[in-house]
Amino acid sequence: MKLKRKTKLKSEIPTASMPDIIFMLLIFFMVTTVLREYSGLPISLPKAKRIEKLKSKRHTSHIWVSKDGLISIEDKLYASDGIRHVMYEKRVADPQLVVSLKADERAKMGLISAIHSELRKADALKLNYSTKTAVD
Amino acid sequence: MKWIPQKREKNKESMTEKRRFKGGEIPTSSMADIAFLLLIFFLVTTTIDMDKGLGMVLPAEGEEIEISKKNILNCLINSSGNVLLGGEGIEVRNLSKTVRQKLAENEKLVISVKAHKAATYKDYVAVIDQLKRANATRISIAESN
Repeated sequence: MKLKRKTKLKSEIPTASMPDIIFMLLIFFMVTTVLREYSGLPISLPKAKRIEKLKSKRHTSHIWVSKDGLISIEDKLYASDGIRHVMYEKRVADPQLVVSLKADERAKMGLISAIHSELRKADALKLNYSTKTAVD
Repeated sequence: MKWIPQKREKNKESMTEKRRFKGGEIPTSSMADIAFLLLIFFLVTTTIDMDKGLGMVLPAEGEEIEISKKNILNCLINSSGNVLLGGEGIEVRNLSKTVRQKLAENEKLVISVKAHKAATYKDYVAVIDQLKRANATRISIAESN
């Protein structure tokens, strides 16, 4: 004999609050997304294995160095002896400044050491050689 | 077509009936879909590019410390990417092993990296990476001249 269920069980996922949940997620993503401020120069970064992450984007300032020896900070081109003024101002504004050097792997070391000495003069001593992760 | 005035009057009646306010509602059933679309758009367009690289702290200007010669290990890079460690030529990939041995012998060892002007940044980063792999903390960057 077949038993018939007297009361039909309603099994439905409540979807009324779905938009709210999705909106929450959406707002989270919108707030946490940091749009890229500066486009920089086209470079191919060198690869390294012992890398560390930069702690915060807020305290990071980038210097782009292309293979042709162009130096770009915040989408403005500088000569190698003009870096110290820019970096000094940045360093005064933010004592926790970390300079991220995004140099092309074919850049010449003469230029890189010029940047080193400029950064030393600007007292921006925390440097990070931006690299890709090497796989081997 | 023929004009039927009676019908028109009937229509008028029904229109007055319709004018009664029924309460407007915004359809919310598609809200979730719209929100999902926006969410997916943001998920796709967000690029989380973590900045990573080799950390280095430069010495302050005018801060020069005299180091006795026996505690210095010179590491020279020439323009074609060859590396000279303490006067001997060495392959870059063997650098960390050798440096590790030398560090075990002498804890106070300072590795002075000196690159030729025309050496590429790639070779320099490779050398620094090798030194970091050998857990060398005292790395000095000599000015190339």
